[in-house]
Amino acid sequence: MSTLSRDEVARVAALARIDLTPEELDRLAGELVVIVDAIAEVSAVATPDVPATSHPLPLSNVFRDDVPVAPLDVDEIMASAPASEDGRFLVPQILGEDS
Amino acid sequence: MSDLTRQSAAQLAAHLAAGEVSSVEVTQAHLDRIAAVDTDVHAFLHVSTESALATARDIDARRAAGEDLHPLAGVPIAVKDVVVTKGLPTTAGSKILEGWIPPYDATLVEKIKAAGLPILGKTNMDEFAMGSSTEHSAYGNTRNPWDLDRIPGGSGGGSAAAVAAFEAPLAIGTDTGGSIRQPGAVTGTVGVKPTYGGVSRYGLIAMASSLDQAGPVTRTVLDSALLHELIGGHDPRDSTSLNEPVPTLVDAARQGALGDLTGVRVGVVKELSGEGYQAGVSARFEESLELLKSAGAEVVEVSCPHFVNALAAYYLIMPAEASSNLAKFDGMRFGLRVEPTEGPVTAERVMSATRGAGFGDEVKRRVILGTYALSAGYYDAYYGSAQKVRTLIQRDFAAAFEKADVLVSPTAPTTAFKFGEKLDDPLAMYLNDVATIPANLAGVPGLSLPNGLSDDGLPVGFQILAPARADERLYRVGAALESALENVWGGPILDQAPELEIR
Repeated sequence: MSTLSRDEVARVAALARIDLTPEELDRLAGELVVIVDAIAEVSAVATPDVPATSHPLPLSNVFRDDVPVAPLDVDEIMASAPASEDGRFLVPQILGEDS
Repeated sequence: MSDLTRQSAAQLAAHLAAGEVSSVEVTQAHLDRIAAVDTDVHAFLHVSTESALATARDIDARRAAGEDLHPLAGVPIAVKDVVVTKGLPTTAGSKILEGWIPPYDATLVEKIKAAGLPILGKTNMDEFAMGSSTEHSAYGNTRNPWDLDRIPGGSGGGSAAAVAAFEAPLAIGTDTGGSIRQPGAVTGTVGVKPTYGGVSRYGLIAMASSLDQAGPVTRTVLDSALLHELIGGHDPRDSTSLNEPVPTLVDAARQGALGDLTGVRVGVVKELSGEGYQAGVSARFEESLELLKSAGAEVVEVSCPHFVNALAAYYLIMPAEASSNLAKFDGMRFGLRVEPTEGPVTAERVMSATRGAGFGDEVKRRVILGTYALSAGYYDAYYGSAQKVRTLIQRDFAAAFEKADVLVSPTAPTTAFKFGEKLDDPLAMYLNDVATIPANLAGVPGLSLPNGLSDDGLPVGFQILAPARADERLYRVGAALESALENVWGGPILDQAPELEIR
């Protein structure tokens, strides 16, 4: 069973897009090991013959009638946005991140 | 009339309908109570005085005009801060949503507003509902009204404490692994997690979508039934919503209160007792079983061998789904945006800086664990295996419900612990939910009601579980046990709680 090294936590935190301080990295590496150990227990009973349950009460073909409904008020949405311009979200540069 | 804040919602509804009291008087009494005790309890993150009184005035006018109103019209309610409310701040207990005003209402809030219940405010919670003590709120601890040095449970500690401290007769909670039932147990209040899909999740800020369910938080079983019937039912905006009528819950509670459980088979889950359960918790549980037998119930032992694996499966499924749901907090469209202090200001770096600054420790812990469990090479071994355990737990429930109509256990293994006691030990904190998690994994409904005080003088909870779509059984058995217990106590358990200091 794998454990989470400090480097592994740093890699996963980058995937999760969360900046961590060095102190947070140290602490999480210690704490997550305890939880990851629980995985061994699950793997032991999850034998190949057992089907997975993704949803407690499965429903299928859930559709609504294809009729337009009123959208949310744009001004109300923008009032709580970090930044906006002309009724649109204003966001930082998204292209050329490697440059 | 005696203190309005001590009345149950059903009693208040009857007084309102009879014209003996106005909704403005009832609402103001609760706002006054909040002003008097919430400095100590800190159940509320936001109190909506003006809009609550406006609703109350509207209901009083409509009642005076002879309009046919919902039975709970004019009875005030508190709403957990994970539920979006148009025009009222909604933070989910997180700094990342500080100051956010939702542009829409959750479906259950629409129903509350349509029925005319004044919303008193938003209640404190563990950040994004991640926790069992409300210590993970970014806005400070909620204190247990029974002992202000102790936790009120979590994640819905604010809703449970508000109801226990007589700041509200009704509250809304959400339950992903026990966040309605465990706070109920440690504050001496009633809480119900409905069948998955029984109450719409539209407008709930999601933690784990396959587990989350909203439900009532009250002081009596009947009040929970009244609120559950109001908020339940099909919602086309939630694709997991059950498209079938809400069971007749109020009738079941009234029938149960008559005290006759003849022919009802009550199954004691062998795996949810013994080691790890406080002596006083076990003793109260045994006494409650005797009361159920006296009411005519047949008590049998059942075994659910895979319940011991529930906690481990839960702590793979919940973080995996949470890490995915919380990806929306990227600093682009709502809430906090933090720019990196050095280097290029790109969307990706803004997202990382925002989440690093805006998420608390427990949220970071779970999002990182979930990201790990879902990352390349691990998905089948971790998330996939946990979903198999879910199947095994459902099979355990199915077998147990062959032998019993309801299953019972203590709600939580211990009474309320002191602040800080388990904060540095995630696994010890997670063990609070060992008895409540199986219901979420299987989608079945569960109720917790107070069944006495432990040796330390703090409240203990009794959990009842029913098959999916049979929520009415919770109310019948719960109301029967409640009335038997109140006969023994000579009144509600909260009569035994210490008086809070009025400030």
